[in-house]
Amino acid sequence: MQVAQQLRIAALATAIVALTSGAAFAQKKYDTGASDTEIKIGNIMPYSGPASAYGVIGKTEEAYFKKINAEGGINGRKINFVTYDDAYSPPKAVEQVRKLVESDEVLFVFNPLGTPSNSAIQKYLNGKKIPQLFVATGATKWNDPKNFPWTMGWQPSYQSEGRIYAKYLLKEKPGAKVGVLFQNDDFGKDYLKGLKDGLGDKAASMIVMEESYETSEPSIDGHIVKLKASGADVFFSVTTPKFAAQAIKKLAEIDWHPTHLVVNVSASVGSVIKPAGFENSQGILSAAYAKDAADAQWDNDPGMKKFFDFLAQYAPDANKLDSSTVYGYGAAQTLVKVLQMCGDDLTRANVMKQAASLKDFAPDTLLPGVKINTSATDFAPIEQLQMMRFKGEKWELFGEAISGAVE
Amino acid sequence: MSAVEEIASQAPAVEAVPKRAMTLSSGTTFVVVLLLLVVPLFVKNFIIFQMTMLLIYGLAVLALNILTGGSGQFSLGQSAFYAVGAYTSAILMEQYNINYALTLPVAGVICFGFGFLFGQPALRLSGVYLALATFALATAMPQILKLGFFEQWTGGVQGLVVTKPDAPFGLPMSQDMWLYYFTLAITIAIYIFSVNLLRSRSGRAFMAIRDNEIAASAMGIDVATYKTLAFGVSAGITGVAGGLGAIAVQFVAPDSYTIVLAISLFLGMVVGGVGWLPGSFVGAAFIIFVPNIAEGISKGLSGAVFGVLLFLVIFLVPHGSRQVAMVAQQLLGKLRKN
Amino acid sequence: MELFTNQVLAGIATGAIYACMALAVVMIYQAIDHLNFAQGEMAMFSTFISWQLMQWGLPYWAAFIATLIFSFIGGIAIERVLFKPLTKAPILTQVAGFIALFSIINSCAGLIWDFTIKQYPTPFGSSPFLGSQLISTHQAGMIGITLLLLVGLYFFFQYTRVGLAMRAAAALPESARLVGINTSWMIALGWGMAAAIGSIAGMLIAPVVFLEPNMMGGVLIYGFAAAVLGGLTSPFGAVLGGFLVGIFENLAGTYIPHVGNEMKLPIALALIISVLVIKPAGLFGRNIVKRV
Repeated sequence: MQVAQQLRIAALATAIVALTSGAAFAQKKYDTGASDTEIKIGNIMPYSGPASAYGVIGKTEEAYFKKINAEGGINGRKINFVTYDDAYSPPKAVEQVRKLVESDEVLFVFNPLGTPSNSAIQKYLNGKKIPQLFVATGATKWNDPKNFPWTMGWQPSYQSEGRIYAKYLLKEKPGAKVGVLFQNDDFGKDYLKGLKDGLGDKAASMIVMEESYETSEPSIDGHIVKLKASGADVFFSVTTPKFAAQAIKKLAEIDWHPTHLVVNVSASVGSVIKPAGFENSQGILSAAYAKDAADAQWDNDPGMKKFFDFLAQYAPDANKLDSSTVYGYGAAQTLVKVLQMCGDDLTRANVMKQAASLKDFAPDTLLPGVKINTSATDFAPIEQLQMMRFKGEKWELFGEAISGAVE
Repeated sequence: MSAVEEIASQAPAVEAVPKRAMTLSSGTTFVVVLLLLVVPLFVKNFIIFQMTMLLIYGLAVLALNILTGGSGQFSLGQSAFYAVGAYTSAILMEQYNINYALTLPVAGVICFGFGFLFGQPALRLSGVYLALATFALATAMPQILKLGFFEQWTGGVQGLVVTKPDAPFGLPMSQDMWLYYFTLAITIAIYIFSVNLLRSRSGRAFMAIRDNEIAASAMGIDVATYKTLAFGVSAGITGVAGGLGAIAVQFVAPDSYTIVLAISLFLGMVVGGVGWLPGSFVGAAFIIFVPNIAEGISKGLSGAVFGVLLFLVIFLVPHGSRQVAMVAQQLLGKLRKN
Repeated sequence: MELFTNQVLAGIATGAIYACMALAVVMIYQAIDHLNFAQGEMAMFSTFISWQLMQWGLPYWAAFIATLIFSFIGGIAIERVLFKPLTKAPILTQVAGFIALFSIINSCAGLIWDFTIKQYPTPFGSSPFLGSQLISTHQAGMIGITLLLLVGLYFFFQYTRVGLAMRAAAALPESARLVGINTSWMIALGWGMAAAIGSIAGMLIAPVVFLEPNMMGGVLIYGFAAAVLGGLTSPFGAVLGGFLVGIFENLAGTYIPHVGNEMKLPIALALIISVLVIKPAGLFGRNIVKRV
């Protein structure tokens, strides 16, 4: 009798131990979109429409996840990357994101592109407590954990970059007369604000002309002529690649040689400088956080070698001169890191928690010294940039990686 | 170069549609309305949202149909009226805390006035010239919305976020479902209004102008008044659709209302069948769903697939869904006889 | 004053782009009596073909001629395959066809050559023209070719049998058929010529705005505006319209305070519409009297 009881107790005890230890081993927790075998990730990109040049980012990310899956996935789970076209139209973005969330049932939305599209879906995703992770835009507003705890940026904000140029000008050219050419949208206006904030009291006296252009304009020659006439000796070009190249060429044609600052968006050697002509581009200044695949100085860099191997194997058609491939690779790599950190706790809350706990993470494609750091109060992963000057056929970095964080 | 005047006796750009053929039979109407009422009870919120957007774009296409199919005036500028309506609703709701339902009539009235005024210079233009004028309006609108002068109201390039309304009286339905039924009620009201408008004296005047302007004026129709009136009504309905669109999408920004929207609405009208009001909703379905289908077939070539699908549709049925409906009607008629 | 002359000169330089495109617009309008929304994309595609030929090692002028021939045949092929079956369809349906064609060409070019900008060579060089720092030799060359084309087109439409037949076929198809003109082939020929002229425009514009699939979007709007301003039936008017739009746009951007710069396209278009309200057939177009 006693033996039997003892046996029963022992059996019970083992059962309890087995149960609890099992739970302790693999505290598997899932939200919609994650399972033992799969993590479902949603994304929207402008594959068609006016911003279709950026569609490459989505394609690169898709290829990168293919590589991860081929190498065994993340903690044994395969990534299922569902990406839709929003044609850079906010109403379409809302429709596609709702489809991702309500019909495809993704765990979260990763790297959706464009400030207007992200603004349109921010409230919806935050209301549903679904991470809007590493958005592909440089607006400052994505770093707002208090009001939007489910939204996080990735690249340095346009404003912080503008501040870095302001710092540079105040130090090197305090008496500069700055002429700004900016694209008349959120991108252009954010840079302008950053520059003005950085210049502080001196902004009013230093900026002699602010000239905007529309993307529908075939050529920006008229604006350049006007800026030259303003007597500016610093030309700050807040332009997208096509217009940046036009400006570089036009400056050479009209024989105007101010200090020429080009924003990071258009600092690509392959898609801006080379078409505009190396001879016209000497001495241009910019700032960077990622390596340029078209720049020969990185050919033997271990990180970039991995990147080139990846392109060769998983995206052989991709154009390595296009800085969007470098961008997509870096963003996807950051996400994979976050998912590895999540372990078996693939809940939406944990994804956000891990994304906000990145410490000195450096994807292969970022410049030496630029690191990703986040915390519960800091939702701006990349904050550092390094100034550079174009010389010969490549960018020469100078100074240190500076943080332009907006306090 | 020369002062020689050419004489043209072209067929009118828009063919005459018999009045009866403008609507569906009562049996079909009953089935469609029943489906629209019942289906949302059984589908996901996302589908309800898509159905709401379908009704909203359907209204906008219907408005263009009244203008083009009704009075024979061509417009590529509907996105401008849609934008004005959307911003009116958004600004009234967010900046002045006015109830969403009350913002819609305001949007309608403002757009009616705007359209009526725009109709004045448009009176002198026709064909490609009118197309260019309306096109100009569509390209100008996003830039006007971005102007610093209006920024305190419009939010400038950043746009405005709009709050979605809850169902009133504590009704146990989701926001999406409530908004759907709200939109459906407005859609049915506007549809009935439009059908009656085109059957009324004004409607007959529109169509007389469409079929032959000179003959119409010879018969004593005040061509100028009716043409501007058509513009006003069309803009007004588009404005209401825009307001509903802003509430459904919960966001307005200049990028939402580019020329691409105007072109989509135009395609919707052609695919639905010019001058056939029920077709407006078929056309709206085309512009919402076919891009998604195209994307599903090929991501890299989605634009090309969309173009090919569009070609297929216009090759098979150059008169849009109206043609399909007519064939179906004939077949049904034959069956009944047998 | 210096700024004024500079802006006028810059306006002429940009206007040359619009003038070039406007000529292609007039060409197609003469042939089919409509505007073709896909025309800019056709020109862009031709320009990519010439770029590709040069990448494969062909010299500039060889690629230029080859592209002209390709575009001419391509234009005719598009008409025969896609638009001839739509001849009987309503006009608005044909316009939808243009939009479909636009979408197809743009998407294919994006897939084949991707969306990054490409440098495109110019046969004229890009040094300052006659010491002026505002107009480069390329832009001067472009104005020259535009004027040559203009003269060519004028003689074609005014004095050759084919040109006259083409105009007749577009304006009064029934009467043209009665006098023995093959109107169907006239339309195809018009498509071919419009595509060829468009390809010249594309190849001249590309060195200025850089080659990429969306390069003609803005240009076509201005091309239409210029052609409509000048009168859609007059090549001379179209070219003048192009220069006027270019100059006016720059002056509006420079001298209208506050909104001028941001609103230069709308202001330019508003001006054109006002001109049309006064002269509904454009500056040099012929008035059309409608018969009941």
